[in-house]
Amino acid sequence: MSQEQDTQILDKLTKSEYKYGWESKFESDSAPKGLSEDIVRFISAKKNEPEWLLEWRLKAYRKWLTMKEPKWPNVTFPPINYQDIIYYSAPKQKAKPQSMDEIDPELRETFEKLGISLDEQKRLTGVAVDAVIDSVSVATTFKKTLGELGIIFCSFSEAVQEHPELVKKYVGSVVPANDNYFAALNSAVFSDGSFCYIPKGVRCPMELSTYFRINAANTGQFERTLIVAEEGSYVSYLEGCTAPMRDEHQLHAAVVEIYAAKDAEVKYSTVQNWYPGNDEGKGGVYNFVTKRGLCAGDSSKISWTQVETGSAITWKYPSCILKGDNSVGEFYSVAVTNKYQQADTGTKMTHIGKNTRSRIVSKGISAGKSQNSYRGLVKVLKRAENARNFSQCDSLLMGDQCGAHTFPYIEVDNTSAIVEHEATTSKIGEDQIFYCNQRGIDDENAVALIVNGFAKEVMNKLPMEFAVEARKLLALTLEGSVG
Amino acid sequence: MLKINNLKASIEGKDILKGINLEVKAGEIHAIMGPNGSGKSTLASILAGREEFEVTDGSIEYQEKDLLALAPEERAAEGIFLAFQYPVEIPGVSSTNFLKTAVNQIREYKGIEPINSVEFLSMLKDKMKLVDIDQSLLQRSVNEGFSGGEKKRNEIFQMAILEPKLSILDETDSGLDIDALKIVSDGVNKLRSKDNATIVVTHYQRLLNYIVPDYVHVLYNGRIVKSGGKELAIELEEKGYDWIKQESDAQLA
Repeated sequence: MSQEQDTQILDKLTKSEYKYGWESKFESDSAPKGLSEDIVRFISAKKNEPEWLLEWRLKAYRKWLTMKEPKWPNVTFPPINYQDIIYYSAPKQKAKPQSMDEIDPELRETFEKLGISLDEQKRLTGVAVDAVIDSVSVATTFKKTLGELGIIFCSFSEAVQEHPELVKKYVGSVVPANDNYFAALNSAVFSDGSFCYIPKGVRCPMELSTYFRINAANTGQFERTLIVAEEGSYVSYLEGCTAPMRDEHQLHAAVVEIYAAKDAEVKYSTVQNWYPGNDEGKGGVYNFVTKRGLCAGDSSKISWTQVETGSAITWKYPSCILKGDNSVGEFYSVAVTNKYQQADTGTKMTHIGKNTRSRIVSKGISAGKSQNSYRGLVKVLKRAENARNFSQCDSLLMGDQCGAHTFPYIEVDNTSAIVEHEATTSKIGEDQIFYCNQRGIDDENAVALIVNGFAKEVMNKLPMEFAVEARKLLALTLEGSVG
Repeated sequence: MLKINNLKASIEGKDILKGINLEVKAGEIHAIMGPNGSGKSTLASILAGREEFEVTDGSIEYQEKDLLALAPEERAAEGIFLAFQYPVEIPGVSSTNFLKTAVNQIREYKGIEPINSVEFLSMLKDKMKLVDIDQSLLQRSVNEGFSGGEKKRNEIFQMAILEPKLSILDETDSGLDIDALKIVSDGVNKLRSKDNATIVVTHYQRLLNYIVPDYVHVLYNGRIVKSGGKELAIELEEKGYDWIKQESDAQLA
């Protein structure tokens, strides 16, 4: 293919529009702009929270005031004015809906636009959905089935009301309120999120799924998710996100905490397609998220799988603390950047227990003028006898204006550890595209095919319902971005 | 089926083809032979639509259409198939998935519904027998880790699936041992019909023992300098290309 042809195709592909850009017109019940102790109190009061939680928030807020935004990620953005953000906004609901029929038709339409109608999901896939639109849960399905097994799956605020002892015990136990700048901010102002508790010995019979949406203009999204898996239990949890198009940047600073007791297993899968900004790099979501899992008990396992295609800036390192002996941590990631997107993502695996194992598979795909960085830390502590890690980081480049970077950090304090790291960088070849063309496959489908092939090892880790969507999303994100 | 008129082409300003004339009718097999660097593979690439070559003059008419106006994938959908000299690897994409994507996109071009899975699988099975390839090849990524022979057989297998009107085999014999050569030729012969045509591009006469051409053309220095029947190939095998070069150079001088 000639250079000119390349440019043409590149232009065509990078011009594909964000297909989830619209704004629902619910009435919002919002806090005024800005952040102060009063706002923290306002949020807590809105949620009718117990005193201890308000204190916890205030403590986090005071800590946050003393902290500074991290500067080490390989991303650049203009300073964020934290006083220009609305920290609380809830769609108005008369009473708690008992069935889908009671749900606001516009909200249901929103879901349909997203291609994830709750009706469909309930009927076809058996996925229980805890939908979060602008920070308050509006629909929780399958609660009854789950309830019979003793599984709790509800919004965070509901959990605060109904299971305060559990929330109090585990909130901040994996990601402390003062962990980092954005975690502290989240701890102070989190509006809602999901809570999931799997009792001892219970295997959750269905995938638990949450769809996040940022809705009202100028609303920061501060979700907080807490998953607790008791001894010998199992759960697979799905998180999906989409945000409407807006010119201004939106801040998303979520916290996800996973606690796994002895012999418990938690699989956490994310497909993230927040609005990435327009062709000139205007707008888009800042996604600064803290996700961490604690393998507290022996032989526990936490597995993160993420497909990241959205956001203007992504700053995210789903991590595992392998405290229990023989515990296992996994991280499977596909991060796609196009246009002016910037992603600095990876994982941290901290080996504390004996015979702990971790596996990292990261696939970065860069197109347009984007920058895609993998940043990973494998840390083996002194008492972690026979720790094993395997890391693989592959980068795929499209065009010659994007960048791929790999920053692997390894800190080993025990000589019995075996840590392996492999990395490759490749470029989608004109030869590959032409070969597909010659078999009747056009450029767009050729790119989709090649990219999905590249990311296959990770895509295969996604639950079925998600995999199809994720494959489409990959193709959509990269539509027309190659030559 | 195919009419090439005074085709001239260059790459990066260097003239490679300097006026090719060739007509191929349905049911025929044409062999294009010639020394290295004579422009054989360039001709094959231009027919398939490789864009790094610039066509500077002439025309190609294919089934009453202006071939040069069609994108590579449109040419494929119209029935042109190129068996690559160096088949390309596509990691992580199974042959089954690759072929299904190809078949369905060609169907879409023709306005036919996508193939259903049962139909597709039975087609795969039939065609696998034809070129004697193992089922495990279908599960593996396209050409990844294939031996030279497997790659070439896979090309013929793809050809069998896509059922082209005009097949162009670009040095398909290179890197094949005698057994693989037989299997590949066998496949090509079985796929032959009165409705389709084949252009065999090769340096050696060896392949033409198995795929017997109706016409042999010798390409030298960007032109077809000699055409004849299959006996021309045998003559070339015996005498080499030098006498043709001398003849041609003498004519030009």
